[in-house]
Amino acid sequence: MNELLKLSAAEIGSKIAAGSLTSVEITKACFEQIHAVDAQVGAFLCLDEERALAAAAAIDARIAAGEKLGPLAGVPIGVKDIFCYQGLPTTCGSRILEGWMPPYNSTVVDRLLEAGLVIVGKLNMDEFAMGSSTETSGYQLTHNPWNLGYIPGGSSGGCAAALASYQVPLTLGTDTGGSIRQPASVTGVVGVKPTYGSNSRYGVLAMASSLDVPGPFARNARDAALLQEVISGHDPMDSTSLVSELPGLTDAVGKGVDGWKIGVVKEFGGDGYQPGVESAFKEALAKCERAGAEIVEVSCPHFDYALAAYYLIMPSEVSSNLARYDSVRYGIRVGDDGTRSMEEVMNLTRGAGFGEEVKRRIILGTYALSAGYYDAYYGSAQKVRTLIQQDFDAAFEKVDVLVSPTSPTVAWKLGERMDDPLAMYKADLCTIPSNMAGNSAASFPIGLSDGLPVGFQVMAPALADDRLYRVGAVLEEPLLDSLVGTSAWDALYEEAK
Amino acid sequence: MSELVSYDEAVAAFEPVLGLEVHTELNTKTKMFCGCQNSFGGEPNTHTCPVCLGLPGSLPSVNAKAIESAIRIGLALNCSIASWCRFARKNYFYPDMAKDYQISQYDEPLCFDGYLDVEVDGETYRVPIERAHMEEDAGKLTHVGGSGRIQGADYSLVDYNRAGTPLIEIVTKPVRGVGAKAPQVAKAYVAALRDILRSLGVSDVRMEQASLRCDANVSLMPWGSDELGTRTETKNVNSLRTVEAALTYEIRRQGAVLLSGGKVKQETRHWNENGYTLPGRSKEEAEDYRYFPEPDLVPVAPSREWVDQLRASLPEPPAQRRARLQGEWGLTDLEMRDILGADALELIAATVEAGAAPQAARKWWLGELNRLAKEADVELDAVGMSPVQVAELQALVDAGTLTDKLARQVIEGVVAGEGTPAEVVEKRGLKVVGGSALDDAVAAALEANPSAVESIKAGRQQAIGALIGAVMKSMKGQADAGQVRQLIMEKLG
Repeated sequence: MNELLKLSAAEIGSKIAAGSLTSVEITKACFEQIHAVDAQVGAFLCLDEERALAAAAAIDARIAAGEKLGPLAGVPIGVKDIFCYQGLPTTCGSRILEGWMPPYNSTVVDRLLEAGLVIVGKLNMDEFAMGSSTETSGYQLTHNPWNLGYIPGGSSGGCAAALASYQVPLTLGTDTGGSIRQPASVTGVVGVKPTYGSNSRYGVLAMASSLDVPGPFARNARDAALLQEVISGHDPMDSTSLVSELPGLTDAVGKGVDGWKIGVVKEFGGDGYQPGVESAFKEALAKCERAGAEIVEVSCPHFDYALAAYYLIMPSEVSSNLARYDSVRYGIRVGDDGTRSMEEVMNLTRGAGFGEEVKRRIILGTYALSAGYYDAYYGSAQKVRTLIQQDFDAAFEKVDVLVSPTSPTVAWKLGERMDDPLAMYKADLCTIPSNMAGNSAASFPIGLSDGLPVGFQVMAPALADDRLYRVGAVLEEPLLDSLVGTSAWDALYEEAK
Repeated sequence: MSELVSYDEAVAAFEPVLGLEVHTELNTKTKMFCGCQNSFGGEPNTHTCPVCLGLPGSLPSVNAKAIESAIRIGLALNCSIASWCRFARKNYFYPDMAKDYQISQYDEPLCFDGYLDVEVDGETYRVPIERAHMEEDAGKLTHVGGSGRIQGADYSLVDYNRAGTPLIEIVTKPVRGVGAKAPQVAKAYVAALRDILRSLGVSDVRMEQASLRCDANVSLMPWGSDELGTRTETKNVNSLRTVEAALTYEIRRQGAVLLSGGKVKQETRHWNENGYTLPGRSKEEAEDYRYFPEPDLVPVAPSREWVDQLRASLPEPPAQRRARLQGEWGLTDLEMRDILGADALELIAATVEAGAAPQAARKWWLGELNRLAKEADVELDAVGMSPVQVAELQALVDAGTLTDKLARQVIEGVVAGEGTPAEVVEKRGLKVVGGSALDDAVAAALEANPSAVESIKAGRQQAIGALIGAVMKSMKGQADAGQVRQLIMEKLG
């Protein structure tokens, strides 16, 4: 592996700014790595080599001309295939959008480009972000670089796997119920779910509008903070976008947690949690204590209902958000042979274009919103949502942050949970409450269990995303260094079968 | 055609209960949820963007001007204004609806609990208003080939220019106690609503362009009963006349059904141009729109200060304004009714504003201009002459430059697009001619009609008509008849 690839995004940015590295050099190194390992990993759905190298050269020229650019100018990045970016297809991992070329950019993609980041391609994901393993993608499997037979998490599995296999130093994903934190956890990288509304959703294909939020993936806390600072801020195109600004995030890295109270969520542990996950979590807590924090147990009784309520609210919104994929304006069209009615063509298209998990959630949501069931399902779930918010509010009066394992288990084998949706959903047990409340949360790598990474979740109040980084920087272990050079690592370089 | 009983028979047995839903398009510069131009027509799919095309990833943001218009409408209809309300999604699949859901309002309307007083045959009826809420319009479908409907067409085209146009839906509560006057009350209500919307300047309220659309509900219940009957909803009621006609028809039809011991079927019916209603396509089951709060939009929470400000700046209510103008202009009730019937009130008011006397303004608008509008089959305000131009024309008459007869020719010219009244007078050479040319013409007429001259001299004054006629003829009408009479009398001394 090219040694340049081991540099952090921050280091790459400062070297480019100082003239000791060019964006073209690092971008080429990334593409070499992609070409060397992605046949095995399967992270990227499409690459944009020519345009990326031209963009890198343009950044180099501006720096050579003495221009002062931001800290990530010239740094390569991969984006989840959920973000509209003109010139590349946006499929959201679904066959129904095969080949769709968006005529506009999402706001966060524009912010990446304005900050001089170099987009190298788009990353695989569960179809319409529905899944915890990236196996529901309509296009390909993505493999966990720690063990190619294991899932990379999901839905942003491509983002996590590309980082863990050193293909790019940064990726951009989205999190609706854990879609950034859980893949980060099972691949040993950092993943942040920012405060809802702090990053624009404009141009981000909607899964569940009241829960979705774009967020950064990186190999360390500082890089993630830098990326979050690039994409965040008010956007008039998204009316749920917050006007309030976040506190300084990179400033928070290294400030430590001395004197803090860290609350362990009582409800997240015990049955169903792998012993290896629990012991790694306890070690991380001890590390926080050594850094001067006090560890207390906090009960958030309504968190137990979060998963159930989530599986009413999210599918309800999904059933409406995914209605527009009807073959009339874009995407594939099936069965339009001149003999069939519009309704038949819509049915055939949706039947052929959507996968099983997407259909399952559309059906669930359609049912939950139906006349006569609305109050019992959607209505009750909204009440649970309020109660979860109240649990958080009460907890944050006592502690600075709440913590838990990111996911009850480490990565599992590909295929293992595909026939058991409930087992799949449980991977998001600990991550869902923060989405339901709109708060900020993140996963940081803390150790290995049976050779697979374990993640540590930090949850903070809305607009207090800086606290995530203070804890994360204390905890983080250079886990990935231990992957390079192992037999698992060597397997990445094998010829594609 | 269905079985009918006479209207009198129907309303003798049953009390009609009305319900009216009026949709009006707001004339904001931009659409409800995006920055696209909000205008009628245009090349198909040119006033569109990712938002109103419902492209993946796009998000709506609310047009504050549309909220303002909606609040003003609510206030003018004596409604309460919600201090906090949300949009809701109405989910259904149809290709004119780019997102396959409509952003509307459901159980939290912006405006609610109002009323509108209308007058029919000198009596006032209060129409209670349940709500006025905001929503977006759909695109426009054109079905090509086959039946001309979506089923059986060869193909269908869709134009999203109209998609996202802001709409206000104004829904009445059940209107009771109007008895046999129900159809007239309904018509008066829609007319009054139209006048209010127009006076607020929030909508173009052109029913023929569908910027004002009405669905008319009616049910019958036995007199004295308290239990509402089964209602039907008639759609496609797109003129004041058809509001009245469709309800009259439905009352007669439902009356026939009930009197023969049958049951009225709850259904949607469509008004047919030929004067009857037909059931719409029957659906196997009731549509379930699966409403839920629109998660892409934040709640609308108009401040009380803002609402008070809007309330204070409302224009004079149309009914009050009519009464005031009638008094100021010194018109009889009959004259006022003609003006309202011709939809000429605002035109006359603007003409008076521009300097013409009220009676003169009334004369032109109800006379020559009304005739030309009917000939061209256009609304009076689209006849091709502005109130300012009418005032200008009357000024020329007042100055003696034009006679009424010449003025009509000038109107013709203005309407034909030949320019302002002064320009038409100039181009067509229509000025009243006096001086030596008129003197010469009078002299020539006296000489050519010796018998008439004799008669006048003999005291038969009525013979002067022939002489005036001769002068006017030779002057091609460009003379003032009074002046001609005076000249002849002077000559005959």
